[in-house]
Amino acid sequence: MSVTARSSVRASAALALTAALALTVAACGGTTKNSTDASSGGHAAAAGTANPNAATKTGLTVAFLPKQVNNPYFTIADNGGKKALDALGETYKEVGTSSGTDTAGQVSYVNTLTQQQVKAIAVSAQDPGALCTALKQAMSNGIKVVSYDSDTNADCRQVFVSQASAEALGRSEVQLIAKQLGYTGDIAILSAAQTATNQNTWIGYMKDELKKPAYKNMKLVTVAYGNDDAQTSFQQTQGLLQQYPNLKGIISPTTVGIKAAAQYLSGSQYKGKVQLTGLGTPNDMRSYVKDGTVAAFELWDPAKLGELAGYTATALASGQITGAEGQTFKAGDLGSFTIGADGVVLLGNPTVFDKNNIDQFNF
Amino acid sequence: MRWDTVVGALLIVLLLCSFGFVDNFGNALNLSFLIGNTLPIALIALPMTMLVVAGEIDLSVGSVAGLSGAVMGALWNHGMAIETIIPLCLLLGLVCGLVNGLLVTRLGLPSLAVTIGTMAAYRGIAQIVLGSNSVTDFPQQYLDFGSGRIPGTFIPFAAVPWAVLAAVAIVVLHATGIGRSLFAIGASEEAAWFVGIRVKRLRLAMFAATGLISALTGVLWALHYASARYDNATGLELSVIAAVLLGGIDFDGGKGTLGGAIAGVFLLGTLQNTMSLVNVSAQSQIVVTGVLLVVSVLGPRVGRQIARARARQRATAAPAATVAAPVASA
Repeated sequence: MSVTARSSVRASAALALTAALALTVAACGGTTKNSTDASSGGHAAAAGTANPNAATKTGLTVAFLPKQVNNPYFTIADNGGKKALDALGETYKEVGTSSGTDTAGQVSYVNTLTQQQVKAIAVSAQDPGALCTALKQAMSNGIKVVSYDSDTNADCRQVFVSQASAEALGRSEVQLIAKQLGYTGDIAILSAAQTATNQNTWIGYMKDELKKPAYKNMKLVTVAYGNDDAQTSFQQTQGLLQQYPNLKGIISPTTVGIKAAAQYLSGSQYKGKVQLTGLGTPNDMRSYVKDGTVAAFELWDPAKLGELAGYTATALASGQITGAEGQTFKAGDLGSFTIGADGVVLLGNPTVFDKNNIDQFNF
Repeated sequence: MRWDTVVGALLIVLLLCSFGFVDNFGNALNLSFLIGNTLPIALIALPMTMLVVAGEIDLSVGSVAGLSGAVMGALWNHGMAIETIIPLCLLLGLVCGLVNGLLVTRLGLPSLAVTIGTMAAYRGIAQIVLGSNSVTDFPQQYLDFGSGRIPGTFIPFAAVPWAVLAAVAIVVLHATGIGRSLFAIGASEEAAWFVGIRVKRLRLAMFAATGLISALTGVLWALHYASARYDNATGLELSVIAAVLLGGIDFDGGKGTLGGAIAGVFLLGTLQNTMSLVNVSAQSQIVVTGVLLVVSVLGPRVGRQIARARARQRATAAPAATVAAPVASA
């Protein structure tokens, strides 16, 4: 019987040897990053020309694929999309993964929607690259693709509906916390996942804003990641305050993160001593603004973002736009929008919420 | 009626129903989606079945897949040739598997505890290696291999290596001395040791093989989704274990067939695909999967209980028999 064991060891040795051999063979020449052409940066421009005066088709099925279903933020955004589609006489549907980092799941939903031959997909991408193959397959089957909230690579969709310019969002959050701290003290950022495209872009602008001389007495000590999970974000906040006793402020550019951080602060000795700002929803943050844990935070209106995504998808599917720069389309009572460079449509500037105006909002 | 036969029958019934009643199920594109999305689970289920048969488990498979993808992305960014990177990643997986195996065999620790630890450690290393980047610009011909299908068929290219490995695994587990030894270890480690089976070596080899296949899965994953990230394949271990459980592999070790495990994998994959096509929500899908799992664990046990009860009845009904014969558990 020991023969079998010995042969298994021999097999593993042979395996290792083969691998090593393959290495030495492969080491001479091969396909490297520099020998392949980088993929073109242009975004997917649909075939055919746009006719801005084309009639809006009705009865189109438009599917919303958020980063995560049952995430309050996306529920609001997608309901905005539903509102737009109902107004236009289209069919709305929402599918998605229950985890915010299940890219394989997102891909299989894109595949399913391709199978079901929906007319357009509005997707908030968990990863800029992972959805590309599937989305390109969808587009080659005649499905229009709009990304909203979190973009994919530009060549994997026709239009990106952006909540606000990333630059405005990043810089204004630093400005908010600086005002609350009198431009002095250590700050930290509590982000979502390490790979979240939108978060990383905003954080890039925050760091750039902090380089200005006005912020010379402020220091960004670390970026923590709460993975858009309430418990993880709560623990990360706890960890930040233990690790950096001089911390004076936290910026959390994620609705899940800011709520968890506020929850921790409101029950700790740091309440009112450590400032918190970032992106949150008024309903989540109302009690923390009223009890003095949070002075001010900001957000665009997610319902309007979803609404605009719904109008954009319908305009694409009706042939009124193709996603080329300079094209204009109407989005119901949101007004009319023009497509910018790289197929990006901007919703507008964020709203700052504080105790004076928070009761005017309900989302 | 063996449980793996039941699972196989269920799979056939489900496929027939889906082909018959679900729109857009039976076309080549959808079938290639189904197989493509199920492949990672199907790949790792092969060595996992062998481990479970031998009474062990490896929870670090998803992390090893993630780590090999992350290393692949990092080395690619460094300008190394992909033909060098892929064997390196496979070697890395082998090393990860050996580490698991050595901790289990040399230190005599339970594999559940060891691999929960290494699951976190390998994922952490992946995060250090690649950070928050996602690498997407792998060479086109490799991406095409990862996501394309054999022209004119519904079979993804990546299913070919799986089919070869599956054939090898079935032969090894069910037609060689190695397979018999694994069943013997799972049934009773001491007995296996007394008859001269090199228990530790065999276990070490199984963990190494699991690491290697996990790394291969990680490479294929990064190519399939055209995205190498540190959090690729997070939670994959649970999908694999669920499928293996469903396939009637007993977690006490010593029982089960690879055919059952493979049927379990594709039953879950097909169920998910079909439920998505008929618009069952993600939450309901999870519930259905969970219920199915509980049934699959209960099914064989209830069957055994009934058999035992019947045997007892027979024993009491026959007063001539002074001692009831011990019932062999089916």
